[in-house]
Amino acid sequence: MGWYHHLNPVFQDVLNALGRVLLFLVPVLILVPGCIWWERRFLSWMQDRIGPNRVGNISWSKKSKLVPGFLKGKKWHLRGLLQPIADGVKLFIKEDITPSTIDRTIYFFAPAVALFPAFALGGVLPWGPNRNLTPIADVNIGVLYMLAVSSLGVYGVVLAGYASNNKYSLMGGLRSSAQLISYELAMGMSLACIVLANGSLRLTDMVQAQMAPLWGYVPFLQNWFIFTPFGFVSACIFLICMVAETNRAPFDLPEAENELIAGYHTEYSSMKFAVFFMGEYAAMFVFSGVFATVFLGGWNLLPVRWDALGHSSFVDAMVWMNTYLSPLWFFGKCAFGITTYIWIRATLPRLRYDQLMSLGWKSLLPLATGNFIVVAIWIMLTKVYGPAVGWGSSLVALFIVFGIYRAFMHGPKSKRDLEPRQIRLLDPSPRNVTLVNPEPEVTA
Amino acid sequence: MDVSQLSPANLGLFAVVGGVAALAAIGVVAFPSAVRSALCLVVNFFMLAFLYFTLNCEMLGITQIVVYTGAIMVLFLFVIMLLNLGAPQALIERRDLKWIGGGIFGLALLVVVGSQVLQPLMKVTQVKSEATFGSPQQVGLTLFSDYVYPFEIVSVLLLIGIVGSILLAKRRMQ
Repeated sequence: MGWYHHLNPVFQDVLNALGRVLLFLVPVLILVPGCIWWERRFLSWMQDRIGPNRVGNISWSKKSKLVPGFLKGKKWHLRGLLQPIADGVKLFIKEDITPSTIDRTIYFFAPAVALFPAFALGGVLPWGPNRNLTPIADVNIGVLYMLAVSSLGVYGVVLAGYASNNKYSLMGGLRSSAQLISYELAMGMSLACIVLANGSLRLTDMVQAQMAPLWGYVPFLQNWFIFTPFGFVSACIFLICMVAETNRAPFDLPEAENELIAGYHTEYSSMKFAVFFMGEYAAMFVFSGVFATVFLGGWNLLPVRWDALGHSSFVDAMVWMNTYLSPLWFFGKCAFGITTYIWIRATLPRLRYDQLMSLGWKSLLPLATGNFIVVAIWIMLTKVYGPAVGWGSSLVALFIVFGIYRAFMHGPKSKRDLEPRQIRLLDPSPRNVTLVNPEPEVTA
Repeated sequence: MDVSQLSPANLGLFAVVGGVAALAAIGVVAFPSAVRSALCLVVNFFMLAFLYFTLNCEMLGITQIVVYTGAIMVLFLFVIMLLNLGAPQALIERRDLKWIGGGIFGLALLVVVGSQVLQPLMKVTQVKSEATFGSPQQVGLTLFSDYVYPFEIVSVLLLIGIVGSILLAKRRMQ
């Protein structure tokens, strides 16, 4: 490493930063095709189909001299894992059709704009405890950075929709901009609760805070924010907003197939479409990483504080695994997040536009704001009177809220709301249609 | 401030970021298409945020991106698309006396702002702010200690704005 130390310190910094960028981006880029394969297989398993299971079945020749001896006559079954490569090659060599009356500059620019925030979002995510390797930039405004970059995600979609000069594309772009603006608010509010509990916007601090004893009481468990009551509410809100921000089902209104053909990427083909596709999956992956970092304890394997358990060979082995294999646990949690995405897609039907808006503005935003107030009061009570009073008063508050909910929502009004929709036929009289056997055709 | 104190890397970075920002600012008024102008404004805001980053003001820069690039400009684009102002010929103006008047007023504004801003700028000796300047902790403490009354009054003003807009929307529904 002699040459490295002879460099100008500025270049050393640049090289370090480049290394950190590669250490985050290369795994994401490698895992994105895997995500596509996993989505197709997992979805088909849930829908009782087979899915792509053929590409990647390799039978090595028994006679050829080009095949090394230990491979001769072997058969590999990769369960379709090479399907994304086949799809990628297909997308590369497909004819690239460009409509003639488009806004050419913006049309070519839009896929790149869509891809940028998906990768840039990972800039503050730590995948391990080593500060020299990760995160790419350990800035003191990590959460704000995430909100800023995720709010840029709308530009790719909107510009693609506008530049295509197609009504359906434009509709997709408009829907997307309205949707993303609406869900950003609730997302920011849910993250603000965690920031308030944590006292720092830095994501590495956030992971560190989740390694404290659970609820301030249980010394051998970690305080992952999803285990705290306010954190659980925040996590639910964040999960919904995260699905909405990445334009995935059930929030895939910008590309609703049965209404808008393919929405904003109707006019894109070949590689430009592939870039949109890749951006969507990369965004899913990185948002799952955000969820893991903020709510699921970051790069920790299990919510157990090993150092509080004394010393034994098992504990030492677990500590070693937790520290040195941390990227595995982090990317494993990302994979878990992606599985959740696919599961949600397989379960829920697409929302209507008004349902989308009322969910975002009338349910998630008030809930997140209420949660924010609860967290603020809780922290104040805990700081002044100790954790017991904080827990006690929040339990009392929970009962009050539940009582109000019972009083208002279980009255006759909600019964009326739940009445099934009725269909009135224009002609209510039952049709007396007698089935007549068709007369056999007479052929001469 | 002596420019020669700066390292060439810093100067180059500033030249690139500042140059793109200035070009984008010109583009905002020069492009005939409303969408192009709005996009130039987005680029301009983005470059301003980068300038803040290079000056150690991450908080300011990221707020610039969150508020202007992420929210306000998206709304601008939304409205432009909703009104379908895509046709460039719709925005070509007649050249008449308004143009001269506008130019004179613009120059006057430049002189007024310049006379106020240039003098303090000449006295600047430090390229960067200190590392703690503008950090979230400092901004929060300042907002809730020295500026707590203006801050609360502004928040009430915003609340009034929200309530007013809801009222306006309600009236139409009757």
